[in-house]
Amino acid sequence: MKKLVFTILMAAGLSSIPFAANARVMLQNKGSDTLVNVAQAWAEEYQTVKPKIAVAVTGGGSGTGIAALLNGAVDIANASRKIKSKELKMAAKRGIKPVEHVVGYDALAVYVHKNNPMKQIAIPTLAEIYGEDGATTKWTDINLKIPGCRGQQMVLISRQNNSGTYAYFRKAVLGKKRDFKLGTRDLHGSKDVVDLVEHTPCAIGYSGLAYATDHVKMACIAKTKGGPCVNPSVASASDNSYPIARPLMMYTNGAPTGHVKDYLDWIMSDEGQCIILKKGYAPIRAVNCK
Amino acid sequence: MKEQPLTIQNGEADDQWDLAWFVDKAVQFIMFVGGISAIVFILSIIVFVVEQGFQFIYETLDFAQFFTSPRWRPTSEWNPTYGILALMAGTASITGLAMLIAIPFSLGAAIYIAEFAQGRTRETLKVMVELLAAIPSVVWGFIGLSIMNKLIIDWFDVPVGLTVLNSGVILGLMAAPIVTSIAEDALKAVPDSYREAAEAMGASRWQIIFHVVLPAARNGLLGAVLLGVGRGFGETMAVLMASGHAINLPTSVFDSVRALTATIAAELGETAQGSDHYGALFAIGIFLFIITFAINLLADLVVRDVRKS
Repeated sequence: MKKLVFTILMAAGLSSIPFAANARVMLQNKGSDTLVNVAQAWAEEYQTVKPKIAVAVTGGGSGTGIAALLNGAVDIANASRKIKSKELKMAAKRGIKPVEHVVGYDALAVYVHKNNPMKQIAIPTLAEIYGEDGATTKWTDINLKIPGCRGQQMVLISRQNNSGTYAYFRKAVLGKKRDFKLGTRDLHGSKDVVDLVEHTPCAIGYSGLAYATDHVKMACIAKTKGGPCVNPSVASASDNSYPIARPLMMYTNGAPTGHVKDYLDWIMSDEGQCIILKKGYAPIRAVNCK
Repeated sequence: MKEQPLTIQNGEADDQWDLAWFVDKAVQFIMFVGGISAIVFILSIIVFVVEQGFQFIYETLDFAQFFTSPRWRPTSEWNPTYGILALMAGTASITGLAMLIAIPFSLGAAIYIAEFAQGRTRETLKVMVELLAAIPSVVWGFIGLSIMNKLIIDWFDVPVGLTVLNSGVILGLMAAPIVTSIAEDALKAVPDSYREAAEAMGASRWQIIFHVVLPAARNGLLGAVLLGVGRGFGETMAVLMASGHAINLPTSVFDSVRALTATIAAELGETAQGSDHYGALFAIGIFLFIITFAINLLADLVVRDVRKS
């Protein structure tokens, strides 16, 4: 019986495709894995606003999205980094003019174990912890003693070397001409970082604010040693006071027109911005959500 | 010289082109395609992998750096380096530990199943071993990440449990059922007349196994172990999750390491096609291919040598 119902549903679904293709406009949207969840939520919600417009969202990474835009394969490319000069040159060669739209912010939080007494940490200190040849390897080096951490050895948690998060943290914390120390645990997902920190008293890791849980602690970040620190939050990311937040962007070819413009305008509206907020990222301005 | 009957000499020409002839030829062709498909596939894979990595190896790769530098930093903004020393050390240490764990356990299990266990016990054990082999590697990785990690931290007083020990134990458990069932087949293949002859000479059970059955099954057992090594070398997902994925030259089993396979798995998906990083990952692929080929060739040569003598 179940099988029969399923078959009927499948047949109905298949037969509706040609109608849908005739009646609907498809917008292609591809890129950053950081943005993919939000982009999907936007696409779904937009169905209720404009049922005739369908937005197809795929991930694959910022580079993939921008490459697709340069190939003319997508209407909107999602990116969690700025377009590179190399990519701009290629765009010029192909007669494509990428236009950037900031649609939200992703704050990178520095996570430590719940029992870690750390209150704040300065970016130069973080650079000594994570950067190559950095002298800080033990928690006692920065005058902390973590209960339950044997040997007070820091366990550094990082991301795989082609993730946007990894590249942004390297640029924002280590600077342009420094690489990560060897021996960091390079995890493959934003959530994995938080999970491992939760279970490892000695750990320190960085990941998106959206992945915060009650079982880990986030450090207050200061720009300079001894300077004032800012807590990671949606508000501090939106008003640019939090030092390690990156803009999340959508790129279009030329200034958007028609359906693409409608879609982007809706994303920037309170309704669209409330969705990004609900997904744990910071909106571009303060919004009032139900 | 005897005269041959004329009909057989001209057999080809006398063929009748009826339905049976066509069916015969068609089936022959299908069987031929099936027979050579393995060779075609393996050659295509070699060509594909080499083609993807060739340009990078030829133009950019510094061989000395590739094999002697522990610095694997393909995405560095100012100084990309492609050194796989630490990755090789990671793969070797994990596989080595896994074999240390898997070989005694699985040979013991194989001897017990093949020589001692009877009836229901034997059938149950065989099913259980096969069940163990059927657990997907990502589930093993999950066990390593969530259960073993905590256990290792608690038991050994170390800061983090995603280590050589963790992935070695996981990989050992993954390889054990394969080694066990192949080793058991090898022991079963020893003719019963050997055992009966030894028994007739008054040998004890242990003497029969140690002096008669094991030496007779040597080739098969070696094959089983080498297949286990191959499994360890090629395993990706579980190792990626349980090893800590840290570029490190391990000095103890409590260090996090990173395996060659895990590096490809973690990075290839988000790497721009045709970039140096992409080429470097394919260079690792070629290297892995050469190693597994060498292991298989070695196994083949050893087994042949044993057979001759």
